[in-house]
Amino acid sequence: MTTAATTTRRTRRDPVAGHGGLAAYLVAFALVGLCLAPAVYIVLGGFRTNSQIIQSPAGLPDPWEIGNYLSVLTGSVFWQQLVNSLVAALGTTLGVVVLGLMTSYVIARYPFRAKHAMYSLFAAGLMFPITVAITPLYILVRDLGMTNTMAGIILPQIAFALPTTVIILVPFLRAIPRELEEAAFIDGASRLGFFARMVVPLSLPGVITVGILAFVASWNSYLLPLFLLNDTALYTLPLGVQAFASQYSVDTARVLAFVSLSMIPALVFFSAFERRIVGGLTGAVKG
Amino acid sequence: MSTPEHVRLDVSAGPPAAGDGAVQAPSPAAAAVRGTVPRRPRPWRRWLEIVLLAGPGTAVFVTFVILPVVMAAYYGFFRWSGYGPPTEFVGLRNYQLILTDGAFLEALGHNAFILVSSLVLQGPVAIAIALLLNRRMRGRSLIRVLIFVPYVLSEVIVAIGFSLMLHTTGAVNDVLERVGLGGLRQDWLADPDVAIWTLVLILVWKYIGFAVILMLAGLQGVPDEVREAAAIDGASYWKTQWYITLPLLGPTVRIWAFLSIIGSLQVFDLVYVIWGQYVANTAGTSTMATYMVANGRISGAYGYGSAVAVVIFLISLAVALVYQRFLLRRDTEGALTGGAA
Repeated sequence: MTTAATTTRRTRRDPVAGHGGLAAYLVAFALVGLCLAPAVYIVLGGFRTNSQIIQSPAGLPDPWEIGNYLSVLTGSVFWQQLVNSLVAALGTTLGVVVLGLMTSYVIARYPFRAKHAMYSLFAAGLMFPITVAITPLYILVRDLGMTNTMAGIILPQIAFALPTTVIILVPFLRAIPRELEEAAFIDGASRLGFFARMVVPLSLPGVITVGILAFVASWNSYLLPLFLLNDTALYTLPLGVQAFASQYSVDTARVLAFVSLSMIPALVFFSAFERRIVGGLTGAVKG
Repeated sequence: MSTPEHVRLDVSAGPPAAGDGAVQAPSPAAAAVRGTVPRRPRPWRRWLEIVLLAGPGTAVFVTFVILPVVMAAYYGFFRWSGYGPPTEFVGLRNYQLILTDGAFLEALGHNAFILVSSLVLQGPVAIAIALLLNRRMRGRSLIRVLIFVPYVLSEVIVAIGFSLMLHTTGAVNDVLERVGLGGLRQDWLADPDVAIWTLVLILVWKYIGFAVILMLAGLQGVPDEVREAAAIDGASYWKTQWYITLPLLGPTVRIWAFLSIIGSLQVFDLVYVIWGQYVANTAGTSTMATYMVANGRISGAYGYGSAVAVVIFLISLAVALVYQRFLLRRDTEGALTGGAA
């Protein structure tokens, strides 16, 4: 970030690093506290009993009660929904990566006239959030006989993730040097061979970014499953959390335990790919 | 690889005997490459590849994104319960009903309120935090991760957590009581004067981490040299930020604001989970999207619901186009139009 030359030039009044370090730490600390407090409340609440929560809504667990977590973990509902969410998210991610890469490759590297129109078509897709399309989308999926199927969730999610994917991947694929392609052709590779042997490995960073974006979007998706899934056996976690919360609305502690358990996969996934997610989001925005 | 090597060997083998050999000598490999590129594959073969590669993605996209949007525009002209083909053509009647329905206009007003207050509350705070964090400090990357946590959680989880905390007998009021601010106790969710602010604050909580991360990325793009030059010229830290850093952050702020605006017009999950389909009206937190679901799908009025979708889309599109026309054009010119060039 800073070279040796610039650090030696720094003096007491350093405009780049700024001063007032203590204030910075205090504000940062308060900020982190505010951001985490609700999550901490949920996790700790799961370790309390309902009577503790009623007597002192913001108190700490006293004594710690693990029954709520155990009852959620030993029941089948949570695991079932976890698996459903995983199936939907992995299916979506796989579809987005495969279809997005193939489509972007054509737009980026095949010389044909319609490719500009194709790019514009996908770019226009950014203007159609799923909220706008959900009513007819429900009818379409129903007419295709795919309500209450995972395919009915996965296919639309792939479709709505494709615009971002294409917009991120096309510049990526275009940046692969032409010389590399020519060298591959000289060695007798076809365009398809070049795609499989060179493009896929070279575009891996971009692919990982779009894959993560698609996974997170699917993991948190609520509106689409809400419209398309009536069968509780197919519920994904967001739907399941809501159903659980209304079913056990008097058993607050158990709801908190369920909610905090369903936060864990997203948080684990996020901490594993934090750099990629943050980089992908900022990269996507900055184009 | 064998061909260029062979040529290079040939050229370098002996001294250039002929004039043209000497001319070719500087770039024998390049010349060889140009000479041996195979002829372009036959057109039908190339078209086959294009269709095979781009066909599936395009088909899925057109079927599940473009087609529903077109269908929404079509169904919007019908009174239709969603079963069998729509037959009862009502022209612009649905649109007339929507635009004269007080409930919709209220929802639209709530969206506008969310839009403005999100920008006003999040923008300055996010920039300030980003400036604060954009210095070398211990644990900076950890802080960056932690303030991003709310963004990663699904809106449903956030909604349930907050609705439990914000009940009249919930944790928030309890904390206020304990720290001696009992006077600030509110019926956060049901009081129509307060509920919309509650919604805005939850949205700010959830999305400010995203804004901060964007601003931080933008700040990384401001070259150190510029600020150092200002420092050498005697500018103080705050003057440097105000006159140098902030103007250079302009493109990032404009893109963030654009995303925030579009998001504000689509708010659904939070409201729907916290307030449900009916309470949102009385609590004053309904949005265009919750209005659409309540009056479309749930009422079995698919024509009407489609028309509401079209209205939401047109409003979003109009806002986006106006914004892009006047503010964003410079920034996206490279990103969007440059991509296809």
